[in-house]
Amino acid sequence: MSLSNEAADGIARATGVDPIFGKLSWGVFPFYEPIILYTFIVVAIGGGAVVGALTYFRLWGYLWKEWFTSIDHKKIGIMYMVLGLVMLLRGFADALMMRGHQAIAASGGEGFLNAHHYDQIFTAHGVIMIFFVAMPFVTGFMNYVMPLQIGARDVAFPFLNNLSFWLTVSGAVLIMMSLFIGEFSTAGWLAYAPFSGLDYSPSVGMDYYLWSLNIAGIGTTLSGINLVVTIVKMRAPGMTLMKMPVFTWTALCTNILIVATFPVLTATLALLTADRYLGTHFFTNDLGGNPMMYVNLIWIWGHPEVYILILPIFGIFSEIVPTFTGKRLFGYTSMVYATCVIMILSYLVWLHHFFTMGAGANVNAFFGITTMVISIPTGAKIFNWLFTMYKGRIRFETPMLWVMGFMLTFVLGGMTGVLLAVPPADYVLHNSLFLIAHFHNVIIGGVVFGIFAGIIYWWPKAFGFKLEPFWGKVSFWCWLIGFYLAFMPLYVLGLMGVTRRLSQFEDTFYSIYFVIALFGALFIAAGIGAFLVQIYVSIRRRDELRDTTGDPWGGRTLEWSTSSPPPYYNFAFTPRVHELDAFTQMKREGFVRPTEGFVPIHMPRYTATGVVMAGLLTVMGFALVWHIWWLAAVSFAATLVYGIGHTFNYDRDYYVPADEVKDIEDQRTQALAGAAE
Amino acid sequence: MSCQLSKISIQSRSKRRKNMKRAFLSTALLSVFALSGCDLVVLNPSGDVAAQQADLILYSTVLMLIIILPVMALTVFFAWKYRESNKEATYEPDWDHSTSLEIIIWSVPLAIIICLAGLTYVATHRLDPFEPLRRVSAAEAIDPQVEPMVIQVSAMDWKWLFIYPEQGIATVNEVAAVVDRPIRFEITSTTVMNSFFVPALAGQIYAMSGMQTELNAVINKPGVYDGFSANYSGEGFSQMRFKFHGKTQADFDAWVAQVQAQGVELDRETLAQLDQPSISHPITYYDTVEDGLWDKIVNLCIDDNSLCLNDMMMVDALGGGGLEGLWNREMFRGLCSADDPGALMAMIRPEMRLRENEIITAMTLVPPASAN
Repeated sequence: MSLSNEAADGIARATGVDPIFGKLSWGVFPFYEPIILYTFIVVAIGGGAVVGALTYFRLWGYLWKEWFTSIDHKKIGIMYMVLGLVMLLRGFADALMMRGHQAIAASGGEGFLNAHHYDQIFTAHGVIMIFFVAMPFVTGFMNYVMPLQIGARDVAFPFLNNLSFWLTVSGAVLIMMSLFIGEFSTAGWLAYAPFSGLDYSPSVGMDYYLWSLNIAGIGTTLSGINLVVTIVKMRAPGMTLMKMPVFTWTALCTNILIVATFPVLTATLALLTADRYLGTHFFTNDLGGNPMMYVNLIWIWGHPEVYILILPIFGIFSEIVPTFTGKRLFGYTSMVYATCVIMILSYLVWLHHFFTMGAGANVNAFFGITTMVISIPTGAKIFNWLFTMYKGRIRFETPMLWVMGFMLTFVLGGMTGVLLAVPPADYVLHNSLFLIAHFHNVIIGGVVFGIFAGIIYWWPKAFGFKLEPFWGKVSFWCWLIGFYLAFMPLYVLGLMGVTRRLSQFEDTFYSIYFVIALFGALFIAAGIGAFLVQIYVSIRRRDELRDTTGDPWGGRTLEWSTSSPPPYYNFAFTPRVHELDAFTQMKREGFVRPTEGFVPIHMPRYTATGVVMAGLLTVMGFALVWHIWWLAAVSFAATLVYGIGHTFNYDRDYYVPADEVKDIEDQRTQALAGAAE
Repeated sequence: MSCQLSKISIQSRSKRRKNMKRAFLSTALLSVFALSGCDLVVLNPSGDVAAQQADLILYSTVLMLIIILPVMALTVFFAWKYRESNKEATYEPDWDHSTSLEIIIWSVPLAIIICLAGLTYVATHRLDPFEPLRRVSAAEAIDPQVEPMVIQVSAMDWKWLFIYPEQGIATVNEVAAVVDRPIRFEITSTTVMNSFFVPALAGQIYAMSGMQTELNAVINKPGVYDGFSANYSGEGFSQMRFKFHGKTQADFDAWVAQVQAQGVELDRETLAQLDQPSISHPITYYDTVEDGLWDKIVNLCIDDNSLCLNDMMMVDALGGGGLEGLWNREMFRGLCSADDPGALMAMIRPEMRLRENEIITAMTLVPPASAN
């Protein structure tokens, strides 16, 4: 408020910074926290083992040449999935700590986390689960599956795709660094102003948050542009918009949402960054700042973000249900329109996240009602899956189990969501554990279940062998039971008036519910464990699980028409599409796979530019967090120079000789013949 | 059927309503109750506003269950009936469209949402926290003679300050009100966003710095209820709790006397000290409150050295900041223009007098509290 204090603070900030090391000093390593120290030891041993193994088996060169610098959409898709899985373990460790701590704290103990540490953990949990688990998984699916479904050889801008991926990794790396160097934000996953401003959060934690999301957010925006262009421009001949598979449709709507909303996130975070670094007052309490503006802006991104996560998952279910019921999808057209309607409506509901901020009755009623309207197309989708099952022949393989779990769980979450959309009801439920239960109900019951369904469904396409079903079923049941145990008590606690983000409790009244929720979290842990075992067991037994046909489930869309795993050029000849469910039609009409007459295929070259630029930007982010200005300037300049330098590289593409295509396709011919015998 | 339901709740009285509620409680939420045993304060509150909100939760849930339950049942039924091993069931692999079904699956949810939207629109207006109450309880209408009791609430790091302009007292982390007398909370914050919430009394509303929100409510049963911040605000957030006492008029008067007997004066200096962050702040009483203190809290000028927000608005109306802004600040040091706009007008430059009305409007955006 006071100008002289402001100036004094500024001088203190400026003089408190070492010109070479910025705010870094030996004191920033939080190893006086035993939990962090042990975590560090475990991570150091585990990381050391991985690095050692990679070195011992001489895999660095292979990883660099075949994966890191790859601009093949399939490899990038898989790398996104690996990133999502690794970060899931981190995000879930945070969840277990919260559940454990709250169970103890609600039972009369103090818990093992102090408030400051607990606040960092729930912030990290939210940020990681949304930005670095759900988003990479969803983007991974869209990257891997969508080009195959539309009969394309890659995405529209293959290099940009690689850069987008590494920018996302860069954000994840910065968050992981905050665990051991300094600390993370305590401001909650959306960093509400003015709490996230310099006055209330002076530590580097908020800066890690900002630079991590600034960098990752740019990656996501670029990826969105890339995939929109891919879908619009690169569909196989004959595939009109209304013959696109539903997953591709949802990918299109999702990426339009990304392109339209992620710039809002970037701009909002940029303004907050300016508040923290340049002394502006966009979102401060005083000097003309307006924190309510921040809350509006962040949710204008934040609500569409929810649909960015769930729409592709709806697409996954729309692929799985027809496949395992052996039936055309019921109401394709209404499914497409429902997706588009959800896409548009998702922009018109953001205010329902803060009915309690004091808007007038008309404003609150408007946003409450628009929110409810979204449940109409969503309901239509549920009905469409339901009537796809009607008169089908349902095979309850693991992906279909996840679908059933989803359909029964998600409608509950949808119902509590509509309930929260009634403003006066929200006045008593807002920010309560009821809300926490609601959004985990839709995110776990919707997004996470869909991710597992999708992984199991497309795994054989990506790796050439199915996942072993026993451990998959164990994983499914652990997740399902775990979810209900973990979150139904939270609904009850919310109705008992318990609010979110509490680290201490006055009495032991709530103990039993938190203990049940902890058991639920342990079940979910078992579910994650079973999933990892499933992958391990399946890799060990890959020969007996091998899929030589390329079509292990009786698929209906083009990705199943090529081999498993697909050749790097996807399709030797670009498919021609005549109707929806193009591959079903090909099978029905006895399509014969061409075995000669191959022509050279135009493909993009791998490049290290994405890795290098993202690496430099990571350094820049770290330098900015710690106010190491010279390093930030140098790494930013280096990024620009390297990026501009890359534009002068004209050797970016090549032709796969027809002979090489023939060799690869002949191998498949033999494999298919072998399978037929 | 569903539209009738919403009508019932709009009428907001009658035995049918009570019966509905009972029937619903005993069926749909049976599992919840079996689990808890128990004190679901949100569904079973002691204040009329919260009670109406609880009813709304129940009615909306019933409305939605009309469609949710059949969907869940059909999901299970279809999954069982059309399982692969059941060769008896019809199998029509190419059946993918039915106009009549499409009409149903779009229109049934639409019908329910139309009902729910009507319910929402009416309830949102009825239960707008800024609006004065229309009734004391389901049985009792509001008495136009009775003025609502004003309680000014400020969230601080990490405690709650309550000022009673009518009684001239203030308290920290404890608040009391008279049963069946409407209360008007005026709410602000000296720190980050918090949310003022007493679940047994009424829904919450954000407490935000530099502005004032309002909550109109009434408590119908004597008792002691939990209140807290429902919006995370940092280190001491878990301990940012207080007790809300519903008291009869006699008990309330005794409580006021107790506060007056035990309290000290709350002036600007005490307030500035109180504003320092503290966790688990003890219950504190103040027997008198310095005049105009609430305005200074809302205008962010507890500190003598700070320019009040309304004054800053005036500075802006006078042509803004820069060097002139600094000069203005010196002029207003220690003053809050809302106290006496005329006196300040006399001090400002003559050419600005032409815009006197506009400037006074800007200065008094937050009107001076007459009682305080």
